[in-house]
Amino acid sequence: MKRNIPLILAFITGILVVISEFIPHRPFSMMITTLQDWFMIISGFAILLGQISLFQSNLARIKAREEGWYFYLAGLISFCLMLGFGLLWGTQEFKGLAGHGSNVQNWLGNKPFDYLFEYAYMPLSATLFSLLAFFIASAAYRAFIIRSFESNLLMITAVIVILGRTSFGGMLTSWLPENLKFWHLPNLSDFIMEFPNSAAQRAIMISAALGIIGSSLRIILGIERSYLGGDK
Amino acid sequence: MSANPNSLLERRIVFLLLFVAVTIPLIFPIGWKTEVSGYAKMAWELIEATPDSSVVIFSFDYDPSTMTELQPMAEAMLHHAFSRNQKVMAMALWPQGAQMADQAFGKALESFPEKKYGVDYVNVGYKVAGIVAIQSMGRNMAEVFPTDQRGTKYAELHMLKKIRTLKDIGYVNSLSSGTPGIKEWVMAARDAYGTPVTGGTTAVSAPGLLPYVNSQKQLHGLLGGLKAASEYETLIDKIGTATVKMDAQSIAHLLILIFIALGNIRAFWAKKRRKA
Amino acid sequence: MSFFATFGLWMAVFFTLSIFSFLYKDNPFYKFAEQVFVGLSAAYWLVYLFYSIMLPNLFNKLLSDFSGNLILLVPAALGLMMLIRLIPKAQWVSRYPIAILIGTSAGINMVRYAKSDLLSQISATMINPFSASNLSGIIGNFLLIIGTVCGVYFFYFSKKQDGFSTVPSKLGIWFLMVSFGASFGYTVMARISLLIGRLEFLLKDWLHIIK
Repeated sequence: MKRNIPLILAFITGILVVISEFIPHRPFSMMITTLQDWFMIISGFAILLGQISLFQSNLARIKAREEGWYFYLAGLISFCLMLGFGLLWGTQEFKGLAGHGSNVQNWLGNKPFDYLFEYAYMPLSATLFSLLAFFIASAAYRAFIIRSFESNLLMITAVIVILGRTSFGGMLTSWLPENLKFWHLPNLSDFIMEFPNSAAQRAIMISAALGIIGSSLRIILGIERSYLGGDK
Repeated sequence: MSANPNSLLERRIVFLLLFVAVTIPLIFPIGWKTEVSGYAKMAWELIEATPDSSVVIFSFDYDPSTMTELQPMAEAMLHHAFSRNQKVMAMALWPQGAQMADQAFGKALESFPEKKYGVDYVNVGYKVAGIVAIQSMGRNMAEVFPTDQRGTKYAELHMLKKIRTLKDIGYVNSLSSGTPGIKEWVMAARDAYGTPVTGGTTAVSAPGLLPYVNSQKQLHGLLGGLKAASEYETLIDKIGTATVKMDAQSIAHLLILIFIALGNIRAFWAKKRRKA
Repeated sequence: MSFFATFGLWMAVFFTLSIFSFLYKDNPFYKFAEQVFVGLSAAYWLVYLFYSIMLPNLFNKLLSDFSGNLILLVPAALGLMMLIRLIPKAQWVSRYPIAILIGTSAGINMVRYAKSDLLSQISATMINPFSASNLSGIIGNFLLIIGTVCGVYFFYFSKKQDGFSTVPSKLGIWFLMVSFGASFGYTVMARISLLIGRLEFLLKDWLHIIK
């Protein structure tokens, strides 16, 4: 029961989705609409589960006084603050449990949730990802070495695309006559993206699609059961 | 394992040089012009050719970490859609997208103050479950969005009165930085219901999505990265936030190429010394 | 600028510089900023989950017309079963809603990938290469067809490739290398763009060096 019923449920839902693709009329259309509505609600609870797990694991680290536990405490405090503000006074559009909080808004210039989003969340999110620019520069200097014909191909393409996707690259070859416009860096870059790159990416897409179709069938037919976990 | 002090110093010099290479063109702009590529032109043509008063979807499927690339695209395409008198329905498959949409509307309304909420544009907010939500929209939009972000019921939104499913939508413009995003819109909106799809994505994702721009017209053009955003601004005759950043982009790219060259020269000399 | 707007700006600058400090070396400012980001991010998801999905799609419907929306008690119950995963001894209960999610996703993926990533891509490769209006287009179309076929051939691992059969495989690798080079070029562009955004914030909004 603990394993068989979930397998049956996976089979029924999977087959229902496939059948509704080919028979989009009643009763399958109604069943699939209901299933999709349920999917959104259950997914919401899955996200809630993830956040509760995160909360629990941070709390455990703080209780155990692990190394750097105070940083996890800062994370928990920021979590509670943002959640509290969001539920109490809502966001820009949504009304919270304590209304829109006009007094707080007048005082702060914005709702507390949106204030934290604009001045804390946005800068943190944007800056964390901008660090990657430095690492890619470092990688370009240390790791991008020509060793073989294939890496040569990779390098030449990368140089053409890096130059072609800038205004400077266009300037570099703007003097070329009309009959040699193919070699104009932006045009060459676009040619590479449209033809050889698309060909290779298409090959990857087709191969991956075959893999996904295979693994989806295995899940529906109950051959693939890893999502059930290891317990009996 | 302790880091080699020379290697650490080299890394910091690389970081500093990159910092300077990006900062100086921002302070002292050069003013290089951007050429428009075919992919940006295709996206522009779809919005240009869509009839007046069509209801279109702008899906903000990204978060603040990629807003430098995608927000200029959103603003430029929104500006274009408003100038063509299209009714824009904003939504998001990422939770942060709803706020990105509000910011984009705020910018667009500076140029189009006459546009009214509920009549010319709405923001129906975030929906979880990506491709499943899109498939549900193909059957019944009101079921997926019972209300907009302000709590107004779907049936009471003037511009959505005649919109029952995705088939009633002029086109979908997905600005996405990952999953769910353009791929899901192509699969569930274009290939399942025939709704035209265009979009903008980060430069990282663009090469993998280009195969969808094909003879089957799975995607009507694609904006990939900051340069594409700058190209779109050129197409709508606007000097926007993307165009002013292109000089810094160009100089930084040149620096990366210099790093690659220096790295290879260094490796070549090291190999020669080992052989000798 | 109001006091709180100024305070907010300085808070944004503090967090930005704390993250950038990692470039010198790992330090408490970076760790603090990182954990604050994790906390804010988790709370953001929860708040929008509540207002965008739980309220309109579940609670409001049940509260406004309970008898007409009784069926919604089923996904609500399944959702609660999902949360039981937090209790180690009763984790097996969460398998039921997970199975529904996995089964539905598998069904959708199978159908959608078959149409969009398999059949449509194959159709898009079956083009007349001479239909292009110029020579570069014709050459490009040939590259597209040859590259796609050789690329797919490279990924065929069910039989050992030797002798002549390594030729299309080798061609496939070359096309893949060109694609990876193009991807690297685009990745460089993406990363640099993100850095430009942050530096523009520091130079424009904080230091007012640029307008």
